[in-house]
Amino acid sequence: MMTFDQNAFLIIFTASLIAISCGLLGVFMMLRKMSMTGDAISHAVLPGIVIGFFISGSQRGLEVIIGAGILGIFATLIIDWLRQKARVQLDASIGITFTLLFAVGIILINLLAYKVDLDQECVLYGEIAYLPIDLWISDSGFNFGPRITYLAILNVTLVVAFITLLFKELTLTSFDENFSSVIGIPSKGINLALMSMVSYTTVSSFEAVGAILVVALLVVPPSTAFLWTKKLMPLIRLTCGLGIFIAISGYYLAYLVDSSIAGMMVAVSGILFLASVLINGKKPKFTWELPWNKSRLALEDKQL
Amino acid sequence: MEDFLYFFTFQDSSIVFVVIGITLLGLGSAYVGTYSFLDKKALLGDAISHAVLPGICLGFILAGEKNPIYIVSGAFASGALATFLTSWIRSNTKLSEDAIIASILSIFFGFGVVLLTVIQKSGNPEMAGLNQFIFGNAIAILEEDLIIYGGLALLIIITLTLFQKEFSLLVFNSDYGKAIGYPMGLIRLLFNVLMILAVVIGIQAIGVVLMAALLITPGAAARFWTDRLGKLLIIAGLFSVISGIMGTYISFILPQMPTGPWVVVCLSFLALFSFLFAPKKGVLSRTISRQRYLNKTHRDHLLKAIHHGLEQGKKYLTIEEIYESFPYQKSKTRKSIDNLIRSGLITKNQNLIIPTEEGKSEAKRIVRLHRLWELYLNEYMNIAPDHVHDTAEKLEHILTPEMEALLEKRLNFPKLDPHQENIPRDYDDL
Repeated sequence: MMTFDQNAFLIIFTASLIAISCGLLGVFMMLRKMSMTGDAISHAVLPGIVIGFFISGSQRGLEVIIGAGILGIFATLIIDWLRQKARVQLDASIGITFTLLFAVGIILINLLAYKVDLDQECVLYGEIAYLPIDLWISDSGFNFGPRITYLAILNVTLVVAFITLLFKELTLTSFDENFSSVIGIPSKGINLALMSMVSYTTVSSFEAVGAILVVALLVVPPSTAFLWTKKLMPLIRLTCGLGIFIAISGYYLAYLVDSSIAGMMVAVSGILFLASVLINGKKPKFTWELPWNKSRLALEDKQL
Repeated sequence: MEDFLYFFTFQDSSIVFVVIGITLLGLGSAYVGTYSFLDKKALLGDAISHAVLPGICLGFILAGEKNPIYIVSGAFASGALATFLTSWIRSNTKLSEDAIIASILSIFFGFGVVLLTVIQKSGNPEMAGLNQFIFGNAIAILEEDLIIYGGLALLIIITLTLFQKEFSLLVFNSDYGKAIGYPMGLIRLLFNVLMILAVVIGIQAIGVVLMAALLITPGAAARFWTDRLGKLLIIAGLFSVISGIMGTYISFILPQMPTGPWVVVCLSFLALFSFLFAPKKGVLSRTISRQRYLNKTHRDHLLKAIHHGLEQGKKYLTIEEIYESFPYQKSKTRKSIDNLIRSGLITKNQNLIIPTEEGKSEAKRIVRLHRLWELYLNEYMNIAPDHVHDTAEKLEHILTPEMEALLEKRLNFPKLDPHQENIPRDYDDL
């Protein structure tokens, strides 16, 4: 039943790469309290994907990635504009932006339904199981192997390069935006760069795991890791480890119940998350502390 | 056009049902959504609407068909679980609220997708109906569905109206409510139940992914038109009903179009219109009033410069002198001069700027306010004379005649300000 063949290896390998790229970016999104913005971006790239798809005529086109990247940045800018210029509160501006852009995307898919081979289900859930048959074949007929795996390798390389190069800046702007502005780091620019990386990762992975499930990989592994450690480097390492584990167990569980691999990966990460909350969440503890010490501790707790 | 008449004259009884349904749904979710928007918990609605997907699938698996009772109760159960988990994780861990909401949202949606693919592979012929829950299809509301969905929507609307006072307490000042003896925990529970119900019935029309818009957007848009809760609810309900009917109409004339996205586009259009053009709070009117205020302050400063000239015994200022006193603002200054000439406060002769009698009195008024305020800060607030200028520079533009009279009375009609300069009165001659 449970086999480990070349296909299984390819799927698990690709899924791990996607989970790692998402997780790496997700750590910084979480630290910036922007997880919901990530969610919004992953919805908002949809019109960009459809338009790029329409222009290039295939989902392999560079136009798709560019279109989605532009839409991702556009969404971030709209959210900022709504919040600062129109003075809509943050949660509402996120909600309005992503629902509008996603709706436009769905309408475009329906309008262009006869011209583009893209359906709503594919965008929403993706299907990584087709990966081994979706090959990248050059004009001369040489078979390089599965296309999405190459995309994932490229994506993870770029994400790792991005984070290594801008590690100091990302960390600083995540923890103390004002200080980083004072010492001359363009925090707005860094923010936009991060958002465009998130949009690019979303697009690069949407065929495999679907636009909405990308969010799960962006948000859930970092949040789970955060329940175990509060230090940045261990947090990043643990997130990557979780990503790989999720890919492996998601694949075999999906195999077992015959369901969507991406969905199962999210389900596994959900179980890990809830288990971590149960283990590491606050428990009513009995202490010998004097009441006034306790209340001071509670106060420090809140300030953290 | 024919379609338009056919749709809006309600000849077809099924259209009547659909319109009644979408109106009730829209009202219910706009009401609940407005409260949650005011509570700054708008995204919780997003989490709940994604989270009902596994419940819908479970209901479908248990019933074996698209039975509204099974589906509504399944959706309600998983929505409730998501809400409970969100608040439980929030109080038990240090994760930030947005990370929790995003996690819960995607985890539940992931489970939903797993169940959905399981159903797909089971080959149940009723499966096609299930996809409607993802993007919504209001046209598919049948008469028997309407009784359940419409009834629940009515229940939401009636409960919210009956307990308006309690829910406003919850949203605006929950601690105060607790202090005066209201059971706030119970009220919050009831509110969460209503919110989940609104989501559960809304997804029929608009789908799980976009349901958040129906909760968030009407309230956010209506907030730009009024500050009163009663009016806010009415306007939000109106926006939501209009877009609901528009969306339904579009998916009626273009049958391959799902309803949800069009409802959202209509709603967002109304919202954008409100953000830009609403009186008082809209971007446009705020920009205009800000510009007006800036022009007024600049005019005031110009008059002050002329007054200072008068104090030094100059009957007039040359235009160059004025430009020099406002460096880098030449075009703005020119505009202000034109403006002042038009309102008859100054006259221009060649390049000499001469104040009229009215202009002199207006200039005196501004300088008087400035110096009165400086004196007030110095005497009553004990602020050192060299620290009072900046505040006075701002307040000279906004002090009303009533305030002026009060200041004069308090300070007993003073002659000199803290810098030993004369406080000009209308009877003073310069």
